[in-house]
Amino acid sequence: MRAAIIVFPGINREGDIGRALRQATGAEPATVWHAEHELPPGLDLVVLPGGFSYGDYLRCGAIAARAPIMRAVGDHAARGGLVLGVCNGFQILCEAGLLPGVLMRNSQLRFVCKMQHVRVENAQTPFTRRYAPGQVVKFAIAHGEGNFVADDDTIRRIEAEGRVAFRYCDAEGRVGDDSSPNGAINSIAGVFNDRFNVLGLMPHPENLIDPLVGGTDGRALFASLAA
Amino acid sequence: MKARVIVTLKPSVLDPQGKAIEGALKGLAVNGLTSVRQGKVFDIELDGEDHATARNKLGEACERLLANTIVETYAIEIA
Repeated sequence: MRAAIIVFPGINREGDIGRALRQATGAEPATVWHAEHELPPGLDLVVLPGGFSYGDYLRCGAIAARAPIMRAVGDHAARGGLVLGVCNGFQILCEAGLLPGVLMRNSQLRFVCKMQHVRVENAQTPFTRRYAPGQVVKFAIAHGEGNFVADDDTIRRIEAEGRVAFRYCDAEGRVGDDSSPNGAINSIAGVFNDRFNVLGLMPHPENLIDPLVGGTDGRALFASLAA
Repeated sequence: MKARVIVTLKPSVLDPQGKAIEGALKGLAVNGLTSVRQGKVFDIELDGEDHATARNKLGEACERLLANTIVETYAIEIA
C-alpha cells in the first residue's frame, strides 16, 4: 500500500501517523508539503494528521482546507482513493467539504486530553474491517474543538447510511447523553463520506499501536488499510 | 473602499463561548443583559468604488472562507 502524509504548518502528529503506517505496511509513507499541487503517483491512501494547522486561525482547519494540495486530495478522493483525517485532519476534511458537518468548540469549553472508549459502528469499510462490529476500543483524545455538529437532515442521512464510524461510549460500550466528551451530536467520534473512502475521526488511533504506550487498539485501523 | 464583514453563529447553534462571557458579565454585576453571543469582525479594504461589485466580492469571500455556512451567517457593511 502506498501512503502519503500531508504536512501543513502547525501539524504535529505526522511522526505518529508515519510510525503507525510503517508498522502496518512495512513501507515508508511519502511526506507531501501543503504547498505542493500534486500527490505522488499511484497512491492508495492520503492521511491528514492532527495538530494545530495555522494555529487554528479563523476556524480549526479552515486555512489548511484551502491549501494548494487540497485540490489534489479532493481529486484523489473523487477517484475513490482513501483519505484519513485524524483530529485536526478531520476538521480540515470537514472544512474542505470532503466530509459533512463541522467541529465546534467543546460544549464544556475545555480542552480534553485523556483516554476515551469508542464503539466501532461500521466494521465493513476499508478503514475498519479488522475490527468487530460493535467492538469497544480505547483511543486517546486531545482536542478543544471536537463537538461534531451538522443540520438535522444531514445527521439523519449519516445515521441511516451507516456513516458513523465510531461513537464515544463508556467501557461497556454504552452510549448515552453523557458519553460524548465534547458535546458531539449522537456521540459521533468519526464519520465516513457517502462512498466510505474518506474517514475523519477526532480520537488518535495512531497513538495506540504499542503496548508500551497505553495499548494497541489503534493497530486494527492501520491493518485494515494495509490489508 | 472600506468594508466590514460580520460573521456570527446561526441562532440555532449553541454558543458556549457567548454563554461563558454572559456568565462573566453577570459576575461583574453588569446587569440587564439577557444574552451574549460571540462573533467575528473583518475590516477589509477593496479596490474600486462600485458597491455592487464590492458586495459580490465580499459575498464570495464569505462563502468560500470567512464563514462556515453550516453554522454561521454573515453580514456585509460597506462604508
